[in-house]
Amino acid sequence: MMNYDIVIVGGGPAGMAAACAAYDNGTENILIVERDNALGGILRQCIHNGFGLHRFGEELTGPEYAARYAKMVAERGIDYIVDTMVLSLEKGEEGTVVTVMNSERGVFCINAKAVILAMGCRERPRGALSIPGTRPAGVYTAGTAQRYVNIKGKMPGKNVVILGSGDIGLIMARRMTLEGAKVHVVCEIMPYSGGLNRNIVQCLNDFDIPLKLSTTVAKIHGGERVTGVTIAKVDSNMRVIPEESEYIECDTLLLSCGLLPENELTSAAGIALDPITGGAVVNENRETEMEGVFACGNVLHVHDLVDYVSEESAVAGKSASEYIKNGAKKAALMGTVKIEKGNGVRYTVPQKIDVTGANEEVKVYFRVGKIYEGVNLKVSMNGEQVSSAKKRKMAPGEMEFVKIKKSVLDAAPNGTLKIEIVE
Amino acid sequence: MEKIEMICINCPLGCMLTVERDAEGGFKVSGNTCPRGEKYAVNELTHPVRTLTTTVAIGNREGKYLAVKTAKPISKAKLFEAMALVNATKAQAPVKIGDVIIENMLGEADLVAASDAE
Repeated sequence: MMNYDIVIVGGGPAGMAAACAAYDNGTENILIVERDNALGGILRQCIHNGFGLHRFGEELTGPEYAARYAKMVAERGIDYIVDTMVLSLEKGEEGTVVTVMNSERGVFCINAKAVILAMGCRERPRGALSIPGTRPAGVYTAGTAQRYVNIKGKMPGKNVVILGSGDIGLIMARRMTLEGAKVHVVCEIMPYSGGLNRNIVQCLNDFDIPLKLSTTVAKIHGGERVTGVTIAKVDSNMRVIPEESEYIECDTLLLSCGLLPENELTSAAGIALDPITGGAVVNENRETEMEGVFACGNVLHVHDLVDYVSEESAVAGKSASEYIKNGAKKAALMGTVKIEKGNGVRYTVPQKIDVTGANEEVKVYFRVGKIYEGVNLKVSMNGEQVSSAKKRKMAPGEMEFVKIKKSVLDAAPNGTLKIEIVE
Repeated sequence: MEKIEMICINCPLGCMLTVERDAEGGFKVSGNTCPRGEKYAVNELTHPVRTLTTTVAIGNREGKYLAVKTAKPISKAKLFEAMALVNATKAQAPVKIGDVIIENMLGEADLVAASDAE
């Protein structure tokens, strides 16, 4: 049986950053398990730029960002296996038994003192969207289309409608246009876009692609191949308004309707998930409720910037290494701070803070539920205000964070920390 | 005085910029949180530029594509001309990140590799 201090599930940006941070903290016996044929994860197909401004202070494309981390993994001599799936995690006598499978060795087990979950996320498919109509070819998730165009060099269609204005949808609107396709419209069911403003400007406005808000695809038409879609306005309850619909002829429908953390492995292991993030419930170390199992990156909650994935994963990697150094035991607790989601806050990560006295400043990430302008972001502990900051604009598409000082945590190790938007 | 509003695309912050054009044709930019925002706003009104990222077929690796980008932003008006040129080009493996694939493309910028190919 193979034995490792840390086994990392997933060799994308989260897994690689966690591996490097754990190694740099003094835990060198690490294995990364990746199901694709190389390290890099989804960044390999994200050929657009905009990655790395925070992490490296320069603007990189996805493959360049991934290559930097792959190089760091190689320089440290960290072990990794590719074309290998993790099937299950179970509590062993010492640590966790990780059952994996590949075509070379079949099913085998690896013993790990700690495990870091870094499986990333996947796109919401057509089946999860309940779009009426026929089931022709030509309906793809934006990420699938991205893989066809950027990795395989194949165009999935010529006349395109995009449903969902998440960043991948916007990026693919530009990509398909540059490669000669006609993108007729991007429809967004919400009254605002889920994508970054910069992408609306440089991917849609630059190419005169209309963005229709509060609009959805009401029906897909076509026999063997998509021949068109009916798009329609929706009311405030997101119900289609039949009087405000139009037919658009197209051969391709791309879906960019949200990303879901890929947690089948996590839930099968009995690890508690947060119903809002779809990822594990974690403390500030990104440790899940199963001892010695950590989670980071998009499997924990969907990030808008890979830079933040790297940052979070470094926290998980370092924490896993500290856990190993502590004899694969949790540090003694002074208490647990509960984080309460106040007005406007949809979710926070972490969901709680374990106070050990050795804590440093904790960054709590959160998302708001709608667009806010000219509001205050208030943080309080046990009802007493800790900080208040003016915010010009907050949007669901952009992750926010607050920093909680060590002194605040140490003073109330069993307190309730509330984050709220004051309108 | 003319007032123009725009969103900066330099980074994911997406600052809301306001540009005021005075009678002498000068620009006053506000709303930016870094110097790049000011440069972007003025560029956008005089000579808009974009970084082009795309792929190039690898001539000696059947079915494999190389990620490429312009080493610096190029004229927005030349994006489609550049795409036509890139799609008529084939790279030769091995290639390392940063290798020049098309030198001084359209007199604007080098097209460089953004991924490795063995």
